[in-house]
Amino acid sequence: MMRINIDSTPSSLKSFLNELPKVDQVGAAARAAMLATRSIKNDSKKKAIDLAISMVDLTTLEGSDTPGKIKSLVTKALHPDPSNPDVPHVGAVCVYNDMVSIARAELDRIGGQSIPVAAVSTAFPSGRASMAVKIQDTQDAIAAGASEIDMVIDRGAFLSGDYKLVFDEIVAIKDICGQKAHLKVILETGELVTLDNVRKASYLAMAAGADFIRTSTGKISPAATPPVVLVMLEAVRDFYNTLGIQVGVKPAGGIRTTKDAIRQLVFVKETAGDLWLDPRFFRIGASALLNDLLMQRMKLQTGYYAGRNYVTID
Amino acid sequence: MATSDRIDVKKTYKLYINGEFVRSESGRSYELKNKTGKFIANPAQGSRKDLRDAVTAARAAHSGWANATAYNRGQVLYRVAEVLEQRKNELITAYTLETGSTQSVAQKNVLAGIDYWVWAAGWSDKIATVLGSTNPVAGPFYNFTAPESLGVVANFPIISGGFLALSATIASTIVTGNTSIVVANEKSPLIAITLAEILATSDVPNGVVNILTGKDSELQPWVASHMEIDGVEASGLNKKSLGELKIAGAQNFKRIAYFKNSTDYKEIERLSAFIEYKTVWHTVGY
Repeated sequence: MMRINIDSTPSSLKSFLNELPKVDQVGAAARAAMLATRSIKNDSKKKAIDLAISMVDLTTLEGSDTPGKIKSLVTKALHPDPSNPDVPHVGAVCVYNDMVSIARAELDRIGGQSIPVAAVSTAFPSGRASMAVKIQDTQDAIAAGASEIDMVIDRGAFLSGDYKLVFDEIVAIKDICGQKAHLKVILETGELVTLDNVRKASYLAMAAGADFIRTSTGKISPAATPPVVLVMLEAVRDFYNTLGIQVGVKPAGGIRTTKDAIRQLVFVKETAGDLWLDPRFFRIGASALLNDLLMQRMKLQTGYYAGRNYVTID
Repeated sequence: MATSDRIDVKKTYKLYINGEFVRSESGRSYELKNKTGKFIANPAQGSRKDLRDAVTAARAAHSGWANATAYNRGQVLYRVAEVLEQRKNELITAYTLETGSTQSVAQKNVLAGIDYWVWAAGWSDKIATVLGSTNPVAGPFYNFTAPESLGVVANFPIISGGFLALSATIASTIVTGNTSIVVANEKSPLIAITLAEILATSDVPNGVVNILTGKDSELQPWVASHMEIDGVEASGLNKKSLGELKIAGAQNFKRIAYFKNSTDYKEIERLSAFIEYKTVWHTVGY
């Protein structure tokens, strides 16, 4: 059993993270590749598609976002396929801070009270701002109605070994979230270089109180690569087995097809287990993915390959 | 080293999807034999998933190709003819292998096919003039009609037309801005894949022409029901397949064109088969 007993002094954090077992890079890639070959039969695929739809964090994080675009996005979040009411709604919508109130109001207006609004926070995507700005950013989002906060960690501090700074930032943001909002911590694994660092960052975030760990901002590549997701799923599993605290995982970035999404579900099932096959503990950050899921769902229902003219545009 | 010592370099005939040569997703191939039953090659036997991938590629390529200027499309088609001319011997070899015809028959057919590309290239920037119109209307409007491409078109070329029919079906489809998925006849895959290799080294953008080999009877139902395929040129299908195609295609309002065999295929109906007409009412200022 792993020791997870941290007082938050810099030296204790450092020794705890440095003593974590190292990740076998080749082994992780091989296992991910092996799991990706698993064949999914049609009846399972139908359930997997509906589950994946209910796990999508429907996202728009563009400088060109407008209130109109946010409104059409949340409508799509509630009714992914307007012609087909038995399609589940998505897990959440994920927007920039200043769009939260628009998204929340529109969801409430159209009957989407059960869909949470997630806001990216702490100077997303770079995280390069003063702590005061990051705190204000988070408070604004919660005040505007965000019930999930996706914060970025300070990768520069992490890579230079200043784990204490990263830890304290997460704790401070978690304090602001309190009971009002779930905290997702974005590790931005594409900038962490190694899988060892992904494991360290995962534990650091969980120890600091993250409710979710998220792979990436979606702004840089590589993003949610299969080995990275596997390492993070192992981390939440081991954390749960040791401390009984269940932390969620959110891969984001680069998951565009139904095939990719179903592979993610296979990783979850085979690594973390059934407890995580639940939108409360596994989310997929995506925008284009939803239409592909809908088109594959139509294919299973009708037997015909669907066309993109038959799903709504984003 | 004596030539007999040399190990044969056998060719693997693949599918042509999105500018890449890929094996069938199904892993299948089939034996191609000539009329006397002698083995020729193992071309790939495309599956419905290969068709699906080809449609995705053709759809993605459509807007870029349709929005290229007609002049530019004409240049690209002419470039195809240039490269074909350089590599006509490969086509003649493939044609004689498949059909067992004489060299002179093969040469005549291939050269006619190359000329077809030139013919189609010339039409590129003239179609709008011939098929479009300005319309007299009772009001202060400048009213005109312009032809635009339909979208993604699947082509079943007539096998007896050889390379000429293959060229005709592809060139007349893409010259107006459509993108094409060719389902080569089961008995004539080599010439189609040879053409694909030539297209890959000309200026045709990836995904504008995709070529599948295999059994058209297997792929036809998937072509018919695919919601993203806008039109089908069904000339190479038999009566039964054509009937099924019409019924299944009605479900998604597919446009289906069928052309009889021809001596030169130089018919304007081929160019206009997969066109949408856009009529614009433009206010006239005072």
